[in-house]
Amino acid sequence: MPHILTRSLDRASTIFILIVAAIGVLVPLSNLLLPEGSYFQVPTYLVALWGKYACYAILALSIDLIWGYCGILSLGHGAFFALGGYAMGMYLMRQIGSRGVYGNPILPDFMVFLNWPELPWYWYGFNMFWFAALMVVLVPGLLAFAFGWFAFRSRVTGVYLSIITQAMTYALLLAFFRNDFGFGGNNGLTDFKDILGFNVQAEGTRAALFFLSCAALIGTFLICRAVVTSKLGKVLVAIRDAESRTRFLGYRVESYKLFVFTLSACMAGVAGALYVPQVGIINPSEFSPGNSIEAVIWVAVGGRGTLVGAALGAVVVNYAKTFFTSGPLAPYWLFMLGALFILVTLLLPRGIVGTFNAWWEPWKAGRDADAASAAREDGVEPKPNPAE
Amino acid sequence: MNAMNLRQTSALLYLDGVHVSFDGFHAINNLSLALEPGEMRAIIGPNGAGKTTMMDIITGKTKPDEGVVLFDGTVDLTRLDETRIAELGIGRKFQKPTVFESQTVQDNLLLALNVDHSVKGTLLWRGSAGESEQIDKVLETIRLTDARHRLAGSLSHGQKQWLEIGMLLAQDPKVLLVDEPVAGMTDVETHLTAELLKEINRNHTVMVVEHDMTFVRELGVKVTCLHEGSVLAEGTIDEVSSNERVIEVYLGR
Repeated sequence: MPHILTRSLDRASTIFILIVAAIGVLVPLSNLLLPEGSYFQVPTYLVALWGKYACYAILALSIDLIWGYCGILSLGHGAFFALGGYAMGMYLMRQIGSRGVYGNPILPDFMVFLNWPELPWYWYGFNMFWFAALMVVLVPGLLAFAFGWFAFRSRVTGVYLSIITQAMTYALLLAFFRNDFGFGGNNGLTDFKDILGFNVQAEGTRAALFFLSCAALIGTFLICRAVVTSKLGKVLVAIRDAESRTRFLGYRVESYKLFVFTLSACMAGVAGALYVPQVGIINPSEFSPGNSIEAVIWVAVGGRGTLVGAALGAVVVNYAKTFFTSGPLAPYWLFMLGALFILVTLLLPRGIVGTFNAWWEPWKAGRDADAASAAREDGVEPKPNPAE
Repeated sequence: MNAMNLRQTSALLYLDGVHVSFDGFHAINNLSLALEPGEMRAIIGPNGAGKTTMMDIITGKTKPDEGVVLFDGTVDLTRLDETRIAELGIGRKFQKPTVFESQTVQDNLLLALNVDHSVKGTLLWRGSAGESEQIDKVLETIRLTDARHRLAGSLSHGQKQWLEIGMLLAQDPKVLLVDEPVAGMTDVETHLTAELLKEINRNHTVMVVEHDMTFVRELGVKVTCLHEGSVLAEGTIDEVSSNERVIEVYLGR
């Protein structure tokens, strides 16, 4: 088995990483350095919008890892995204300090409004960034671990698993809606001021967040690639295709599912944490089942089991969403999304990237074979390419 | 000393008085059977005789209502799950060929190898010369060396059956349970499969369920005929096939 890096980085992955890295560096530079109004200057609102897409792409990767490679269709992954977002939101709330409407140096505004005497224990520590950053990964990870431990051990699979993941995110939606749950209820967390001492609204901060989102996208992608190209990745695909066969070979299927589900939830948490400072709010609607289903559609459109496709699907569908919901067609967006899902399922069951691969790989293989046989017919052995 | 540690039988696989019923239907009814180490046994019997259910019980997929199922004389298989039983060294080939269709022939064998099956072990797996050698050997045995880079899904039906037998070999179990290996095979393939199983039997204990009597005859081993969940007859193929009851319920006149 080759080294982990050479193994993970095939041509498509390298191209993907280079493109994301280029965008991640050039967009902030153009936004900050070029004069406003210049043709090549990326306006600040676009930096924020594209940063949001990058977070969605990370969420899509996390779904593709479990759905595309292990066959676990989670219809509640938005919950892990939202939990990561809330962890970051709590940090941002604590950074407001006495600049809130009520000027209380410790309590966030909504707690003052509800006449809470003191900070609930589960808000402790969120004034420190490192603690919040840890919780961003830990809370979704622990929930996924506990949820997966019960579900996979009881051998809940297929549509039943999808339904209970959906129920999970719905239960969280209802809980976070409650004022006495301690997370701002209906309004969620908003009016953020600073992140690590920098103004969240400032252009420089936005550019930095965009850069970080792209970096996180690359990091997540690399982790996913390292996982799926390892022997563990082969076991995941084996579980997806023939679960009981895998079990009879002596693999503990539930441990594999638990590992990959937890890893995926941690990634979704990171995506949510990067998302919140860029959109400036986190509220319970992020838990709504529709969000999770939408994220699954991104992956289906891009091509599941391809990783690059998942990220691409997230960007393409969200670009379409931004485009259509800002025009006269806005009321019909959900119909279009539904139609898109049906059309992709019927016409492009492998998604954009999967279909491209199915078309491109045999063509490339055929071309190589033709070149080899043509060379042989000429009476010469195919020479090794001098560049190799 | 624990009673379970006292070896009660010389058999590698020992079933005694096993009962299983599904919603009142007695799939296995007082079944007793012993497979000695190094033996190859053919199991025949009409549909619904309980052949596959018996394999389900041995591999932990189905739990018996009562009865003793011992591996190696001491291990109570009814208390273990599929993964543990596979780890003990009981390999199974399903009736319908079940290979990992979207992976290459070589990767199918790699997954079957009897090495560290933990999450950590596979995540950090680097491969070794010994492993590739073992895969090469199995590929040769199952005659799929030229197809090693092909996707398992693109193999013919017969080749898939062989690949699955190859996966069993790579697993290197103590007992191989083989469910209908020649169903849907051509005569030539059937013959080659019999050869293959005889070769495997040199180092492994094998239990084969099969309907094809020509194939069973070619194996030339002890035969057990099941009927309505219990043993109807046992002996050489000639003894069993001349048994009046066997002719009546299974072979036909």
